[in-house]
Amino acid sequence: MKRAVHDRGGWGDETPIDRTEHELADWEVLMDAIVGALSARGVMNVDQLRRGIESMPPKEYEHTSYYERWLYSVELILSEKGVLLPGELDARVAT
Amino acid sequence: MTFRVGDQVRVSYRSHDGHHRTPGYLKGMRGTVLRVHATFTDPETRAYGESGLPERRLYLVDFAAREVWYPNAVDGRIFADVFEHWLEEAS
Amino acid sequence: MSHDHDHITHADEPTVAGRVGALAELLVEKGVLDQETIRARIDWLVSRTPADGARLVARAWLDDAFRQRLLDDARSAALEVGIDPGPSPVVVALENTETAHHVVVCTLCSCYPRSLLGPPPDWYKSLAYRDRAVSDPRGVLAEFGLTLGDDVEVRVVDSTADVRYLVVPQRPPGTDGLDEEALAALVTRDSMIGVARPLAPA
Repeated sequence: MKRAVHDRGGWGDETPIDRTEHELADWEVLMDAIVGALSARGVMNVDQLRRGIESMPPKEYEHTSYYERWLYSVELILSEKGVLLPGELDARVAT
Repeated sequence: MTFRVGDQVRVSYRSHDGHHRTPGYLKGMRGTVLRVHATFTDPETRAYGESGLPERRLYLVDFAAREVWYPNAVDGRIFADVFEHWLEEAS
Repeated sequence: MSHDHDHITHADEPTVAGRVGALAELLVEKGVLDQETIRARIDWLVSRTPADGARLVARAWLDDAFRQRLLDDARSAALEVGIDPGPSPVVVALENTETAHHVVVCTLCSCYPRSLLGPPPDWYKSLAYRDRAVSDPRGVLAEFGLTLGDDVEVRVVDSTADVRYLVVPQRPPGTDGLDEEALAALVTRDSMIGVARPLAPA
């Protein structure tokens, strides 16, 4: 049975575990807080967050950082809900 | 279905398009109920904006690693939380 | 609807940081979020530390009745000592013994008892750990420098849903007479995940 890209138990990759740790950057803490706040406000829940992450194209999933995946998901879910309008965040970033 | 500690169960062997919390490596595997947890909202529907009701009972199930990874020889146990609607009675 | 992510690359951190900042600003402007809630959430996140989990373990080592209460209902036990992991997700404590060693993973994402341990280390969230913790636990433990005897049953706990697992490691030998604070200092985050033993006393 085919496995979705996030379903990693026994996936079969022999890569050694990289034990390097990094302190969370401010943007990562903020990303986490945004999700927590959206959840507290009832705008987006953890199941939606996970569903959004799981919908990433497999290559992207495997090559983006943890909180980048959260950002992807939040944009997807909030766009679905019409909370974010198309191009709105791009426009804001550009200013 | 409801289960009790000690019941022999099998994780349903089915694919599910869309969000669900049953890992692929455990589908079709046989285990023993170790703990009966509370009920929780159903992630499969809540992930799509629904309420997630009715809540579903969660069970901690004990699997033999040797059976899960057969024919690879792995010793020990795997414990995993599985929702009631992914469990069947095992003969 | 456009959902273009060409500009978000693994290496391009200032761009991602900028985008997250812009997202927060936009959501606050729209009234979807407010600064206070974001701030409160940040404060909570940065205040979570393994010291809380370590206190529970140390108390369990010293007080057998508390140990039992911790195993029965971790949240109630934590509240006794002024720690509130919150009602959700549920935390369950599992104890290691002479013959059973637990190690926790979330193969599907990164579920972790953050309320008692703080944020998970990068390796816990890595694809490699999520892959092999369940399929080759002794190999993974060996990568962390931990070798267990053949007589010890390794139990990998995959936190797939709404429950988070805290490992109560075994009390190290040579720690008689140490008080709770001294014992707690030996309880590392990694020992409460299950990839390491607690520290030995000085």
